[in-house]
Amino acid sequence: MGNPCAIIGVGQTAYKTKRLDVSMAGLVREAAQRALDDAGLTWNDIDAVVIGKAPDLFEGVMMPEAYLADALGARGKPMMRVHTAGSVGGSTANVAASLIQSGVHDRVLTVAWEKQSESNATWALTVNTPYSTSLVVGAGGYFAPHIRAYMRRSGAPDHIGTLVAVKDRENALKNPYAHLKIPGISREMVESTPMLWEPIRYLETCPSSDGACAMVLASEDAARKTPNRPAWVHGTSMRSEPIFFAGRDTVNPQGGMDAAADVYRQAGIADPRRELDVAETYVPFSWYEPMWLENLGFCGEGEGWKLTESGATALDGDIPWNASGGVLSSNPIGASGMIRFAEAALQVRGLAGEHQVEGARRALGHAYGGGAQFFAMWIVGSDKP
Amino acid sequence: MPSKPDQSTVTDLPAEAPNHVLEFPGGYTRSVGPVIGRFLSELRDGRLVGVRTQAGKVLFPPLEYDPDSGEAVTDEYVEVGPAGTVQSWSWVSRPLKVHPLDRPFAWALIQPDGADTALLHALDMGVLEEGAEAPRYLKTGLRVRPKFRGRGKRAGSINDIECFEPEVTMINAPSRLEYELQGGRALDRFLEGVSQGKLIGHRCGVCGQVIVPMKGLCPKDGVPTTEEVELPDTGTVTTFAVNNLPDPRAPEVPFVSAYILLDGAGLTMLALVAGVPADQVRMGMRVKAAWRPREEWGKTMSNIKWFEPLDEPDVPFDAIKDYL
Repeated sequence: MGNPCAIIGVGQTAYKTKRLDVSMAGLVREAAQRALDDAGLTWNDIDAVVIGKAPDLFEGVMMPEAYLADALGARGKPMMRVHTAGSVGGSTANVAASLIQSGVHDRVLTVAWEKQSESNATWALTVNTPYSTSLVVGAGGYFAPHIRAYMRRSGAPDHIGTLVAVKDRENALKNPYAHLKIPGISREMVESTPMLWEPIRYLETCPSSDGACAMVLASEDAARKTPNRPAWVHGTSMRSEPIFFAGRDTVNPQGGMDAAADVYRQAGIADPRRELDVAETYVPFSWYEPMWLENLGFCGEGEGWKLTESGATALDGDIPWNASGGVLSSNPIGASGMIRFAEAALQVRGLAGEHQVEGARRALGHAYGGGAQFFAMWIVGSDKP
Repeated sequence: MPSKPDQSTVTDLPAEAPNHVLEFPGGYTRSVGPVIGRFLSELRDGRLVGVRTQAGKVLFPPLEYDPDSGEAVTDEYVEVGPAGTVQSWSWVSRPLKVHPLDRPFAWALIQPDGADTALLHALDMGVLEEGAEAPRYLKTGLRVRPKFRGRGKRAGSINDIECFEPEVTMINAPSRLEYELQGGRALDRFLEGVSQGKLIGHRCGVCGQVIVPMKGLCPKDGVPTTEEVELPDTGTVTTFAVNNLPDPRAPEVPFVSAYILLDGAGLTMLALVAGVPADQVRMGMRVKAAWRPREEWGKTMSNIKWFEPLDEPDVPFDAIKDYL
């Protein structure tokens, strides 16, 4: 794993439907400035910048590493862009961490963003070449059949997705940055919303958000001088797989299982449900909570929905998932993975505010992207490994 | 026809020519005095100036005497704006001939930055159809700027300002890229088959699975594939979505997009399922391709409109569970 890597600064913008008051540069700057403030650093202290964003067609920014270099103070510094579809926020943080772990840099700024109000994800995910038929209407159209397959395979009752939709929105009410805040959210409210892509209902999907998230990662030396308590990286992992191949399990992808096994091995974790205190996972459609509970080894195959139903993943459960409200409550796509990673860090720093999980010492940050093809994870802890 | 004395609103003014006109030849002359004269001269130069009152307020447009106190204003002129803020407005959805704009606009009270009073002027909210309602972003507090007429066209009149316009908050970035795409040899061969009503796959020499449409390689084993296998146009629905959102490629809403395991294939392909109500599509349902008329065939997958149910018993879940 290399040298120790600390998270010494976290910055987020509020997630909103529209941030028409700022340019994209202004949006990433806002998150980055907050991360620097948290770390007690200035732009001059940063050695390198690693940026991530959604696929190019989403908002038509092809070279963010060029366009945003000045907004991120990158003059005369290394700046690079990471690109792994929806998991990009997580992969970006992992690449930034590797620059610390390798001993190349002492302080790395990492940022991810999306301005969905000036973007069109459904269009970007639906366009296809003349040689292929896509027939998929946005991300929901792609994931709905795989959710149906999970329901059938596990025998989960229909209301499990509703439970997650309610739980994550209740958590969002405690997060000042969260986008969707629905006071009095209830099962009845979720179930009264229309099916968009059956079996996915309107309130079982994520919103479209504008927002950015940033972190400052630091070497052990640099972390010693920081004003606020750091979090420490206990492991990072990434895996990818093709979208179509014979024998692919789309419901429970091998790439996700392998990435989880890898990150647990690095962190010395044998039983994630018992040994982790909180998890921030990428759940853009409510049913992905039970699916990822299984994929990430929090329970056996076919058991994920029982864990959700038992309340184990609620804020007061034994393994809270998405205490921040998760992707279901805030979804600036390019940033959503980094928000998971950053929220995991905030939890083990004890800085998560009203949605803090009492005494959290080890947390998982998780992101996935593409057709559940790209996986990025990290485990962070309050103790230096 | 004489116009009748009526109760009609101003928007119903008769469109026909008046039957009597009274016009002073050449228009009356008016001395404007030093205060208004300064205002109009500055306006002709493309600047907004107000005048300071003895109480210290900046009146814009300038007045000769402070309406609050009746005192003469000072001789201190203050450049204000040009940007300002809408204090209040009234929407004109159907402009009259006498109005300064020929499309819907607002009469607005606009207070330039640095002024203590506001000016009434026309506010252009962009290209709108006759009768359109006010755009939602027209609100008290909207930031606006004057649109001056060109230098040679200004005459020292309030009409030197053509109208006000909202500040620029958004630009449009049209994007278009043109490609000459080639499908590649494997896909080309597959589409050649489709153009003859055949579905061709490749069998992987390592895992033995049939990949359709073939890519000339097995993504799992990372080896080239060459052995062609012709598959029937029948198969089984493994899983599906019922889409309640419209899509130009689908015949109606709701429509079903399904993963179909062609008989003999090692993986599923995505296709429409139709010819059956959406709520009757099932996992394990047997289906057959519905081809367009032969004369419409080309080298494209759209030769197959969609898949339709076959009158056969459903396949048990166990037989498809490994293809999900």
